[in-house]
Amino acid sequence: MAIYGAALLAFCMLTGVYVGDVLGDLIGVSANVGGVGIAMMLLIMLSNIKSPYFQLKPASAAGIAFWSSMYIPIVVAMAAKQNVFSAVSSSAVAMVAGVLAVLVSFALVPTISRIGDKSSPASRSEPRQ
Amino acid sequence: MWDLLSAILIKNGFVAGLVFVGFLMWFSYWLSARFTHGHIHGSAIAIGLGLLSAYVGGAVTGGTSGIADIAIFSGVALLGGTMFRDFAIIATAYGADLKAIKHAGLAGVVSIFAGVLISFSVGALVAVAFGYRDPVDISTIGAGAATYIVGPVTGTALGASSDIIALSVAAGLVKSVLVMIGTPLVASFIGLDNPRSAMVYGGLMGTTSGVAGGLAATDPALLPYGAMTATFYTGVGCLLAPSVLYITVRALML
Repeated sequence: MAIYGAALLAFCMLTGVYVGDVLGDLIGVSANVGGVGIAMMLLIMLSNIKSPYFQLKPASAAGIAFWSSMYIPIVVAMAAKQNVFSAVSSSAVAMVAGVLAVLVSFALVPTISRIGDKSSPASRSEPRQ
Repeated sequence: MWDLLSAILIKNGFVAGLVFVGFLMWFSYWLSARFTHGHIHGSAIAIGLGLLSAYVGGAVTGGTSGIADIAIFSGVALLGGTMFRDFAIIATAYGADLKAIKHAGLAGVVSIFAGVLISFSVGALVAVAFGYRDPVDISTIGAGAATYIVGPVTGTALGASSDIIALSVAAGLVKSVLVMIGTPLVASFIGLDNPRSAMVYGGLMGTTSGVAGGLAATDPALLPYGAMTATFYTGVGCLLAPSVLYITVRALML
């Protein structure tokens, strides 16, 4: 049943967010530390268990697949509720700080991607089209 | 007539939100196929139109929740809120490649710390260039350049004034909107085409909404990898900005 998949997904999210909040408390910050990331790891691990007693049937997995396929529309809704007006009409210092932070971060993606990469760096840096 | 219809749309807000987003998606994919032959991805156009509608909503109502501040579109706020966003992002991890994640683990961790440090430094330098001299102000604006959550958390911890905190939120908003729009444009130049670089990208950018939107418009298959690292960024930022980074700024400004 689809609800099994959806419930498993919900369980992973609640567990992850809880652990993220506890982590934030432990290191003394008022923020969730990696709750979604922890939930994702949990879901990957639970869905990889190879036990006859714990096997997600295709009908149950559909409960996860549905939400996965709703991700883009949900992100579009998220975009539509952002405070874009305030971002666009913000003062020069906020605009320049935001724009430069993004540009410098983009530029560093290739450099940091090479860290700990065992496959030959020469073939990786070729643009793959 | 209109009163009756708008009453129904408001009462069934979430369902109305599905219709709104569904129409926006259909229109965007039609534009993509008809006018760009699929060169500009339909989801990229949809996110662009979503941001545009958010701008219109903000301009018309003066509110902070984009199109959702217009009563008949209020359900968009629930559909696009943190709860459903995180639920859908986690769902995409189903079937993600555990080996790829382990393989890029070190680069992913480095990218989170490097990302916080770089965005903070850039934001702080811009603040100094604009004439700010108080270490609290500089650190709060620098933290805002990390994400729009790190900014106010840092500003509150350091006792910054409310206009500086508002400035830090604005810097974070600019960042998140630019990451959504910019990612598909720069993806091929920065090698954003595999799980490893997606994890590094998520860690460097850090804004969960920016990364979620940016990867949706570039290659949705990369989302689980980018989102995985991005969700640690805000926590690390809230840890570093009001402590070591602020102390460093204070030492440098004396």
